[in-house]
Amino acid sequence: MARSTFVYVTYIRTTPERLWSALTEDAEFMKQYWFGVHCESDFITGSSWKLVNDLGEVMDAGEIVEADPPRRLVIRWEHQMRPELKAEGPSMCTMDLAPTGPAVRLTITHSVEHEGSKLVEAVSGGWPKILSNLKSLLETGAVAFDEPYRSNK
Amino acid sequence: MFNRMAKHFPDDDLLFKALADTSRRKLLDQLHAHDGQTLGQLCKHLNMTRQGVTQHLDVLEAVNLVATVRSGREKLHFLNPVPLQEIYERWIAKFEKPRLKALAHLKRKLEKDNG
Repeated sequence: MARSTFVYVTYIRTTPERLWSALTEDAEFMKQYWFGVHCESDFITGSSWKLVNDLGEVMDAGEIVEADPPRRLVIRWEHQMRPELKAEGPSMCTMDLAPTGPAVRLTITHSVEHEGSKLVEAVSGGWPKILSNLKSLLETGAVAFDEPYRSNK
Repeated sequence: MFNRMAKHFPDDDLLFKALADTSRRKLLDQLHAHDGQTLGQLCKHLNMTRQGVTQHLDVLEAVNLVATVRSGREKLHFLNPVPLQEIYERWIAKFEKPRLKALAHLKRKLEKDNG
């Protein structure tokens, strides 16, 4: 394959509206499942997007390529902190929300248009924990992990 | 055993049944080594009929261990580790948490002493 991609899927017992809000609107809620990290954006197609950690450092930045609430969010995602990952340039992160029975199927696809991407490898390691936290927070009101993300300086 | 309902909300019994099979674990290993393969690519590494591989992939997809994405005319298969993460958090994470906290405290203390 000429690109690096991962696809992660989780089923969360909630509504698409509540899940969309958890992914976009409430920074304090986001910090609870995203290890102290939150997004800064107004989540409208064309607006800027930033991922900021609990020290106020911008970890990743980019642009909202597509926002179709509460169904689909596409982010152009560029890493900012580690030079070797920043050098890879933009990646694409797509979030698809689809109601299925009593739950919502959330699919996260993250890809870069070249093989062996370290950026995709780095972000892919974090997503299962984030999704698992998000699921338990929305379904039970508590998370399993709460250690904050920090830069490796 | 694996009905289509499982696709709506995979349950733990089906997840463990899906894992309790050498061929299916081999398929997951294949995807772990090289994610995003077609059925044809996966068949090359397994001593199994195409139909057999298809059935195993259906079972893995029904319990959300495999996710598929259409790319033009091809259907690509991806390993989805999220259900395994949930198993990990349910039975293992609580043992690891104090150690992670201890490491984080150690790092903070050492960095403070340095600066």
